This record gives sequence, C-alpha cells and structure tokens, in this order.
Amino acid sequence: MEYVIEMLNIRKEFGSFVANDNITLQLKKGEIHALLGENGAGKSTLMNVLFGLYQPEAGEIRVKGKSVKITDPNVANDLGIGMVHQHFMLVDTFTVTENIILGREITSAGRIDIKKAEQEVRQISEQYGLAVDPQAKISDISVGMQQRVEILKTLYRGAEILIFDEPTAVLTPQEIKELIQIMKTLIKEGKSIILITHKLKEIMEVADRCTVIRKGKGIGTVNVSETNPNELASLMVGREVVFKTEKKPAEPKQEVLVVKDLTVKDSRGVTVVNSLDLTVRAGEIVGIAGVDGNGQSELIEALTGLRKSDNGSIQLNGKELINHAPRKITESGVGHIPQDRHKHGLVLNYPIAENMVLQTYYQKPFSKSGVLNFKEIYNKARKLISEFDVRTPSEYTLARALSGGNQQKAIIGREVDRNPDLLIAAQPTRGLDVGAIEFIHKRLIEQRDHGKAVLLVSFELDEIMNVSDRIAVIYEGKIVAVVNPKETDEQELGLLMAGSNRKEAGANV
Amino acid sequence: MSKRLTGILTPIISVLLGIIVGTIIMLISGYDPVAAYTALWNGAFGEVYYVGEVIRQFTPYILAGLAVAFAFRVGLFNIGVEGQFIVGWLASVWVGVAFDLPKVIHLPLAILAAIVAGALWAFIPGFLKARFRVHEVIVTIMLNYVALHVTNYIIRNVLAAKSGDKTEMIHESASLRSEWLQSLTDYSRLHWGIILAIACCFIMWFLLEKTTRGFELRAVGFNQHAAHYAGMNVNRNIILSMVISGAFAGLAGAMEGLGTFGYAAVKGGFTGVGFDGIAIALLGSNTALGVFFSAILFGALKVGALNMPLEAGVPNELVDIIIALIVFFVASSYIIRAFLDRIGKKGVK
Repeated sequence: MEYVIEMLNIRKEFGSFVANDNITLQLKKGEIHALLGENGAGKSTLMNVLFGLYQPEAGEIRVKGKSVKITDPNVANDLGIGMVHQHFMLVDTFTVTENIILGREITSAGRIDIKKAEQEVRQISEQYGLAVDPQAKISDISVGMQQRVEILKTLYRGAEILIFDEPTAVLTPQEIKELIQIMKTLIKEGKSIILITHKLKEIMEVADRCTVIRKGKGIGTVNVSETNPNELASLMVGREVVFKTEKKPAEPKQEVLVVKDLTVKDSRGVTVVNSLDLTVRAGEIVGIAGVDGNGQSELIEALTGLRKSDNGSIQLNGKELINHAPRKITESGVGHIPQDRHKHGLVLNYPIAENMVLQTYYQKPFSKSGVLNFKEIYNKARKLISEFDVRTPSEYTLARALSGGNQQKAIIGREVDRNPDLLIAAQPTRGLDVGAIEFIHKRLIEQRDHGKAVLLVSFELDEIMNVSDRIAVIYEGKIVAVVNPKETDEQELGLLMAGSNRKEAGANV
Repeated sequence: MSKRLTGILTPIISVLLGIIVGTIIMLISGYDPVAAYTALWNGAFGEVYYVGEVIRQFTPYILAGLAVAFAFRVGLFNIGVEGQFIVGWLASVWVGVAFDLPKVIHLPLAILAAIVAGALWAFIPGFLKARFRVHEVIVTIMLNYVALHVTNYIIRNVLAAKSGDKTEMIHESASLRSEWLQSLTDYSRLHWGIILAIACCFIMWFLLEKTTRGFELRAVGFNQHAAHYAGMNVNRNIILSMVISGAFAGLAGAMEGLGTFGYAAVKGGFTGVGFDGIAIALLGSNTALGVFFSAILFGALKVGALNMPLEAGVPNELVDIIIALIVFFVASSYIIRAFLDRIGKKGVK
C-alpha cells in the first residue's frame, strides 16, 4: 500500500521545550487515520508542521514518496493538503460561496464571476454530499453548516489529504453523525483523512488506523479493528484509565445552598429560570441534567452574581446572597469553575501565576496596602501548578499558551484552593481528554469527601450519571425531577429532560 | 531572538527606515540630506541652549505619551489627550493668575488644578463608556473640539488681559520656571517640569505593574468578562482608567501653562501635543520607559527641525514628513518583527 503522507521522526522544539520528539505518522491513501493524544500532547504542533506553519528541527516529510519541504501553508495547499480548523476561519459577513473562493476567485475581466463560482461550489457539494446553500451568509447558518463550508474550502483548493482538527468538539450529536457520513463519502471519493481527536468513541467508529502520541513522543500506530477503547486510552495516558469513577457513597450533612422560587431573565428579557427550587447539602454532588438552553447558564450566573435575578432567594449557609456582587459571593464561600474558561475563567494575556490569584490578589499575603507581593503570588502559583499537575513551562507563561486541559486544571486549582463551601462546576470537562476528565472528576469527588457541597452542570449524561449523588433535571427553567443516579438510567433521564413527567418516564422504561 | 530584544530593535529600525526614506525624499526634491541632518543635529544638540529647549519640548511629550499609553494598556483608546491637555493648560494658568499665595501652596495648587481639569475632561468619555457603552474614540475626538473652543471663549471673555487674546502672565509663585536651569542652558525656557514628567514615568510603571489597582485595570483591559467574574468592578475601572489617563494629559498642559509660556492664549487650532502623544506611545510600545525615550526623540526632532531652514535651507515641513514616516514604520512594525524573526531563526541554524 502506498503512503500519501509520511512524517518521519519529526522533532519540533520551542526553546527548551520539546513539543514533538521523534514522531512518525504514515497516512495510507484512502484511509481515515486518527491522531490521538491528550490535550497538550503535541497533536496540533505536529499538524502545524505538516501544514507548514512550523518548521521541524529534525525529521523528514514525504508526500507520495517524494521528500518535501513545507515552508508555509501555501506550499501545503499546492501539495494537496487541506486543513479543517477547529476554530473556523470564515468571514461572517460573506456568503458561503464568497468564503469558499476567497483567495482563489474566478474572475472575468477583473470582476468576480459569482454565478460560475456558485455553480462550481454546488457541483463540489453534490459530489461529496455536503449540502450547503451557496448564497447563505455565514452568520446565518449553523455551526455544523459552517464546518461543511470549511471542508468545501479545502476541496475547492484541490485537497487530496484533509486534516480535521477536533472536528466534533463544537457539534451536536446529530451533526456528528452527519459529519461521520461526510468523512466516509470523502474516502469513497479517493481522499485521505487525518483526524485529530481525543474522543475514543469516534475513533472506534470511523478510523482505520490510529497513531498515538503522549507528552510529545510517538507511542505507535495501531489498527483500530484490532484494539478497543480501553487499550487506546491507556496508550494515550500511559496507564490504565478508569472510565467509571470510583467513589464512596455520599454522606450528606447540613444544607449549604438553598435556592427558592428563583426567577431569572436572559439578555433578551425572556424568563429562562422560572420559580426554581434547589438544595445542595454538604458532602454531596448534585448534578443538573438538561438539554442546553433550559436555563442552566442563567441559573449559574445568578448563583455567582454575574446576572441579576428578578425574584426568589439564594441562601448560602443561611445567608441571603441574591443579587449580591460577585466579589461578595466569592468571599462568602462560593467557588465557580465557569462554563467558558476563555471568556470568564482566565485573563489569557496574564501569566498563569497572576491568573491563580485572580480573585484573591487584594488579600494578604498577595498584596499589602495595595501593592502586589509577587514573591507570594509566584509561590502560590508554583504550589498549585505542582499540586494540580498543570503542565506549563513556568508560572510566568501566559495562560493563552497552555492547552485547554491545563487551563482547566489551573482554574480548578485556583477555585478548590480557596476552600469554598460550595463549588459550582459548569461543564468542567468540556473539550478535555479522558486523562484530564478523570483527574477533574476525582477532584470534584475529593471536594465532596471533604464535606463541601458541589453543584455540577453538564450536558454529558455520562458525566452526570457517573459523578453525581443526586440528579436534578432542569426543563424550561424548572427542576422537574430529582432522581438518584443508581435508580435511573439514561433513557429515563432523557425523557425527563425532554419534558415528560416522572410517571410517564417511568412507565416508558 | 528574544522578545525583549525584538521589542527594542523594532522602534530603532523604524526610526532608521524613516530617516533613510527621508533622505531619499530630500535627494529627489533637490536638498542636501547630509547638510539637513547635520542642521537637525546641531539644532537639537549643537549648543547647550538647544539641549535645554529639547528637554523643554519633550517634557509635555512624555506626559502626553504616558496618557495615551496608560489608556492603551488598560484597553482604551484615548484620542482626547489633546483636549485634556488644553483644559489642563487653561486650568493651571487660571489658578496661576487668579490667586496670590506663597509658592509652596500656589505652585502645587496650580499643578493640581491642571491634573483635576484633565481628569474631569477624561471622566466624561469614561463615564459614557461605562454607563452607556458609547465608544470612547468618538467622544474623545468630539471633546477635543469642545475643549479648544470653550477654552478660547474663556480666555477671550473671562481671563484675557487688555490685548484680548491672551491671559495675563501667571504669578511668579505659580511658575515652574527656574533661573538656575535657564542660566545653566544659556537662557532656554527649560523649567522644573521635567522632574515631574520623569516622576510620572515611574508612577505609571509602578501603578500598572506593582499595585492591586493596576492588576485590576489591566485585567479589565484584557478581558472584562473575566474581570467581572473575578469580582472586579468593571465600570468603575473603565472610568478610573480614563481619569488617570486624563490626569497625565492635564499635567502635560501645566507644563506649558506654568513652565514654557506662563500664560494661555487663544488658539487657532490644536497644539498637536496630544496627537503626537499617540505616536510617542506607539513608538514607545506603551511602556513608561519606552515613552520616555520616544518622547526624547520626538522632542529632538521638533526642536532640531527649526534649525533646518536656517542652516541647510530645508523646509521644516520635511521633518514632519520624517516623523510621519517613522510613525508609519512603527505602525507597520509587524513587517520589521517578521523580518527580525526570520534573521533570528537563521542565526540559530
């Protein structure tokens, strides 16, 4: 079998940090080849080397057997390598066609021949089963649709080899199914695909072979048909991974958080949290299960003071906290792992150390009479970095430079270290690999065992079922049922989340 | 190549490129560049008098540069330094003329008046941004005109001496001038303001980098959402940022009102100090030390240029062109940075 791409013994350094150490990846024609590794293992670096964004320090790249030097993305394009980026590179105000032809416009007499371009886009989209409306504006179409535009962009440029960078991270389950179908069609049409991911389920479903890298080192390539998720996971993290989190039964004590009759409006003025009641006790994890958009985000924002509530009461250890300022709530003993770590959790342009004291910088010992004590700040940061296994070159590194998993570990370290009575974790494992997920779940359970109250919000049912001691199902801004995870299953939860009441749900099981 | 080295080399190369392109322009338009640059140098550093004038010139430049740089560092674009500078100038002169007090009280009071006036003038866009999310660029540009015409009105109708377009001289007790400094520099208009300007460089650095307030201000500038999440008061910090920036600008006005001129006159148009401040901040990459050095360069170019028509017959507008070219190359520093990176990489191999 011929190889279309061979990356042989690639080494890439950033200063003294080795991001890729002797990695080999060989892509056969017509296969889907998964590239698996933890966040920060060096997957993106390797692909950026292939795409010409980075120059390797050592190693060789061969395309169809010929040794090549890919000095910039244009060279990669000319060699038929196309990349579907995780964060889309699209002009929101342009149409689908305009985005696809951008930089390769079809012109006649100096003007863009948009008719002809649309025709061509339509023809490619039909050939590969990528249904899009060529005249739609990017800002008007769904995320899944935008991804198809990204794929079409590479095909329009004549790509033979497509790199998908974490393509499913932003998609809904339905869209994921469609994407998998699209990938299979592409293979049928003679393309080859490199799929960067840390989702084992997808690899098992779609990939032919899988190359694993761990901490910058190439671990090896396996045939997917001859392996299983457990083996892949342990190859990736270098040890056995427990999918089912081990925990002792909860020993709930006094009520820590008592929410009564809470009503919150969203930014458009629509009531999205509607007379909601919720109780979280010390020593238990309450999971909030629900379909996205049923008031979860607004509930958390109200609890943490980021959004005004219209009515009701939020009591923490008996003290009323509704509509208090975020700082007051933080100081009262609430820790918050926010849903969007880039928007809320971190100041990306601050070093990791300064992010570690984002809520406590004004307190002793981090400052005195308004002057920061950097020695103490760095000490704290070093302590948290080692305690929470944040992989960073140093405490002075900008938060922006860290991988998602390590950013999340830093936030969790910061929040747990403040020793809050109530820890609110909103989608704490979104976009993370199995190793990081396991770590974070352990930490949440550890907090529970220390007698803290933990409120977990997640759209992943697995996570809710695994970690929670009680599950509160939210539907249209109300808690419609509270169930014991041992006495329920995904089907019942699914029905409750869709708005059926307990009895009906029970009857249907 | 290290980040710091690139940071230092980029403005230097910008300046060199500006001078080289300036040379080409002079050659094309038939002037002798060697004579022109010699005249420029002599006009800035040739005599101790000129050195005194250069220092006098860059004193308000430092403060105007700090005003822009400070706002920039906390995520705001203060185009209104010019207006805050003008109101600061007038406020200092007003206090200098209206009161007769012992120097230890009068001078600080006049300086304080300038700082407060600049701060209040900048408070307006800060408040509008914090309360109604009105973009500060638009408000500050408009307020520049308001400042220009309101101060002209006040000078003409309230403060003017008999001549009609100029205030009286401030009292000696409010003056920053120093006979000792003047005699040291062959009777240039050098005054004590330079000490204040240097102190302000230190204040800006300390405030931003070392205090909890600076920590908040920068956090708000980088990411308002995270700042809010972390319990910081975003709106208060936006207003405070503008107020501090305006305070620097107002103080720059006092340098002219209490130091260089000792009076305020009706102005036909903007002084340009506030706008030069934008270029100075840009060239100084918005750091206190960078602003200090780039202000020196701008001051030397401004003062030295006056000598170019006299000694080399080159119109001093050409110096404005060179300054503009330098700003252009700084603004396109991306190209220079990319070039330096490439050289750096080759060096490693």
